[in-house]
Amino acid sequence: MLRKVCLAAAIVAVTAQPLLAASGVDPQADFKAFRKYFTERFPKVPLNDFVNGPYSMDEGLRKQWKAIDEFPPYEFAVDQGKQMFETPFKNGKTYADCFPNKGIGVRQLYPMFDEKSGEVVTLDVAINKCREANGEKPYDYSKDDMAALTAYMAYTSRGKPMDIKIPNDPRALAAYKAGEEYFYTRRGQLNFSCASCHVQNPGNHIRSEVLAPALGILNAMPIYRSAWGGMGTTSRRLRSCNSQVRGTPLSAESPEYRNVEYFLSYMANGLPISGPGARP
Amino acid sequence: MSQRRGVSAIIAGGAFAALMAAQGAALAAPFDGQKLAFDRSKGNCLTCHVIKGGDSPGNVGPELNDMKSRFPDRKELVAIISDETKRNPQTVMPPFKRNLILNDQEIEAIVDFLYTR
Ligand code: HEC
Ligand code: HEC
Repeated sequence: MLRKVCLAAAIVAVTAQPLLAASGVDPQADFKAFRKYFTERFPKVPLNDFVNGPYSMDEGLRKQWKAIDEFPPYEFAVDQGKQMFETPFKNGKTYADCFPNKGIGVRQLYPMFDEKSGEVVTLDVAINKCREANGEKPYDYSKDDMAALTAYMAYTSRGKPMDIKIPNDPRALAAYKAGEEYFYTRRGQLNFSCASCHVQNPGNHIRSEVLAPALGILNAMPIYRSAWGGMGTTSRRLRSCNSQVRGTPLSAESPEYRNVEYFLSYMANGLPISGPGARP
Repeated sequence: MSQRRGVSAIIAGGAFAALMAAQGAALAAPFDGQKLAFDRSKGNCLTCHVIKGGDSPGNVGPELNDMKSRFPDRKELVAIISDETKRNPQTVMPPFKRNLILNDQEIEAIVDFLYTR
């Protein structure tokens, strides 16, 4: 049995399958094709509604959601995050010292390409960089503290249009391209790419879960999920998507995940931040 | 597996024990097509297909019904389950044989089961 599993892992072929992607690196052309695909496939869904994930696809779910949102299950996390955000570090500084606009209403700027390190910096990574620069221990990327802090920061950005920049820097373009490739590459024993679920099958059910469309799929992060009985960060979500296809989840905020976030967030430019979200 | 069930059957005693033993025997049968098709760690076909008798199915693929009349050629069903990407490179249906999720005997058992739907 064990041997069988190892063999399976070794055999799983990785075949790149760009569905919509152009061959060169042309984010703007990708952006147009991506948007065209979703708006033509779902002509009845208002553009700004795609950020509501499965609810944009399913009337029944939407009704349940409206009922849930009367008492949003992520409210405790937003409150906790606000308190964390406002509590000074041991050295007297605060998160406000690390972010543009003192950290209020900036969620839509992330992931950001950092010209100094040449890497993509997500909001979660920026938070930990801030903590470490101020002598504090970094938070676990998959756990509640990070979820609470990002929930509060997303909340202060609600409604602001996603605003991701890809500077004309070969490293930024390479990161974008790598993210795009990761998104369309099949993996895991079940042979799925991210696109298999979120481009080919949004609105369809796998078991009883309704698949979210890839357009605007990160705008609601972090999310409260009833199935988790709590909050989850982007890292937690991506790792469980990888596990579902019996693939090996990458470490949270690995370069691959940051790059795929960069790609997906760029595709969502102009769509409003809706986080934190509540999901079934 | 069947041994463990045997032990619990003795502990439970009486009519219940008989029931458990019977169930143990059924579970121990080498290739139960329905079980293989519904099991989340095996076929897990319900993730994507409505199949009569299965709970909370998805709808990524078509309902699997009238199998005998729609797929009179058994080989075709075996081929679809083994590796549907050969017929349709874009499909999201996992290549069950190629990726060693199901072996030949298990696939045959699932086809037997599908022919009852
Ligand atoms: C086997 C199917 C499958 C694959 C492959 C998959 N996901 Fe998911 N994903 C789901 C399901 C199910 C959910 C929960 C329902 C929903 O919101 O779509 C989900 C949710 C998400 C969400 C949260 C959406 C929301 O609004 O709550 C994000 C973000 C996401 N996936 C990204 C990805 C990325 C990136 C990949 C590839 C690394 C990926 N997924 C691969 C099934 C999948
Ligand atoms: C992740 C999704 C998924 C899973 C799991 C899955 N299938 Fe499929 N299946 C599909 C899709 C989608 C199609 C449509 C044809 C295509 O994509 O090529 C399909 C087509 C089929 C067909 C042809 C049906 C027709 O009416 O044309 C059969 C038979 C079938 N699947 C059997 C199975 C069996 C048996 C299992 C489990 C061992 C299974 N499938 C698991 C997605 C899936």
